[in-house]
Amino acid sequence: MEILVCVKRVPTVGGTIAVTPDGQEVDTRMSGFSISPHEECAVEEAVQITERAGGSVSVLTLGPEAAIEQLRGALALGAGRAVLLETDGREFGPIATAAAIAAEVRDHGYDLVLLGNEAADTGDYQVGIRLAHELGWPVATGIKNLSTSADGVVARREYRGVEEAYELPLPAVITVKEGINLPRYPSLPGRLRAKRAAVDRSSPAWAAEGLRKETLRVPASSKHQAAVLGQGADAVPELVRVLDELGMLP
Amino acid sequence: MSVLCLVEFDGAGPADASLRALTLGRSLGEPSLGAVVFADSDSVPASALADYDVTDVYVIEPGTLEGYAPQAWARVLAGLATETGATAVLAAGTDRGNEVLAHLGAITGLPMAANCTLVTPDGGQTHRLVRHRWAGLLLEEAVMEAPIALFTVATDAVSAVSAALPSGGTPPGPPVPAAIAVHVHKPELAEADLVVRAAESPASAGGASLATARVVVGGGRGVGGADGFAPLEELADLLGGVVGVSRVVTSEGWRPHRQQVGQTGTKITPELYLACGISGAIQHIAGCAGAKHIIAINTDPGAPILAHADYAIIGDLHQVIPALVEALRAR
Repeated sequence: MEILVCVKRVPTVGGTIAVTPDGQEVDTRMSGFSISPHEECAVEEAVQITERAGGSVSVLTLGPEAAIEQLRGALALGAGRAVLLETDGREFGPIATAAAIAAEVRDHGYDLVLLGNEAADTGDYQVGIRLAHELGWPVATGIKNLSTSADGVVARREYRGVEEAYELPLPAVITVKEGINLPRYPSLPGRLRAKRAAVDRSSPAWAAEGLRKETLRVPASSKHQAAVLGQGADAVPELVRVLDELGMLP
Repeated sequence: MSVLCLVEFDGAGPADASLRALTLGRSLGEPSLGAVVFADSDSVPASALADYDVTDVYVIEPGTLEGYAPQAWARVLAGLATETGATAVLAAGTDRGNEVLAHLGAITGLPMAANCTLVTPDGGQTHRLVRHRWAGLLLEEAVMEAPIALFTVATDAVSAVSAALPSGGTPPGPPVPAAIAVHVHKPELAEADLVVRAAESPASAGGASLATARVVVGGGRGVGGADGFAPLEELADLLGGVVGVSRVVTSEGWRPHRQQVGQTGTKITPELYLACGISGAIQHIAGCAGAKHIIAINTDPGAPILAHADYAIIGDLHQVIPALVEALRAR
């Protein structure tokens, strides 16, 4: 099976998140970059499928040249080919992103395209679905269990206490969520191979979209310091009083 | 001119997330607020919807469209939007709401803004909006130019406010007369819209109620291992709640992923979140910031979770929780 996995370079945020003074981007002076957990799982799932059923995994990202770091990360885990859709620094909206990925998919004849359910940063929840409509392929989203056969996949997720199973013919687009597997760590040979691997490049056209970002800000949060009720088990009577006051005790 | 809102059901009534979406939809100020419901028309709670100023209910019955089929649901919304002259179509920012509205965006070629907290008409085809980025850790202020504004409403941001219960603490007046029209809608659907359709069966167990639980007892790295969760389960039972966990707990394989609270897990909106042995990485805060009250139990007085909690106990959860369980049992 020929599989394409789409990943996105995003800042690694830890204890805090801040925006640049112009309110246009996340301040990354103090952070590294990574791909989201959903996408780490998409890469792992693709590698597992090809280990089982044969075929190969390609990994694609749309982003600046620096995103090659994230492509190499996926190559180290078992992807065989990397594609950079290089941007000029402008943020591509979900419509332009889906169109750019669709062009790559049309050129290469994949059976399956895997994406994360949503990007960690923009959280648009729609690139996979727009991609499927561009291609005329079926799509299932938020998937946490995937089984494959020669002519189709069965994709499963839970919703409001009900398990949903979707049977899709191939080719298809699937967006996955963390929890579908536990991603492996890269091996040393994998890392060496990734370092040497060639990266295919193209530069898709940016296009304006009907939804336009003006500024980003950190919410005027409820951030405050907790009232300390006490130390250790001695604080339990006070905790019980607070729980009662909040109406939490039956 | 109308606003259309996809309304989901949770057990007997409209889902809380859908009521929040209706609250935002009503604020757009169009004369008609339509609820689109995929259910048997006998089970539609018209008066509950009338409380949210819904004027029209469009019911798509199981005989017409069996089960959940995201693209077909979006096709139905697209048709109704044309028929009713909709200026906006919205849904709750749930897995289904985001999925159906994304399909609607793709079908119509229009932009879709996911997880909005505020949407305001700004003349002509312009809406100004505020939406979540980074699962709500950042807010984006944006402008949408589109003949129909498509968006979902963050499940943990906008409060559901019934029109029958005016703000300001005045007691509810007599019930609002149900001036609400129920239309049984029979859309034309193409085969292609029905290719992807859910076969539903009861889920294994647990987790499903995490998103809507009234009390969540959270466990993190401080729990120490897979065998350390029994006291948390016991406490959750006593408080009528469920156990949720941080990402490290699921990455270590101590608990199943469906119990994860956070950006890549479940976003919770309980009355009370009791965070035990959880340091409070920002991705975890994204999942629990919708809790009304947060109480942290942590050995580290400098843990980031304390900056998001209302109350804290500085101490080892392995001592505090058994003592709390004992105290609650003694009541």
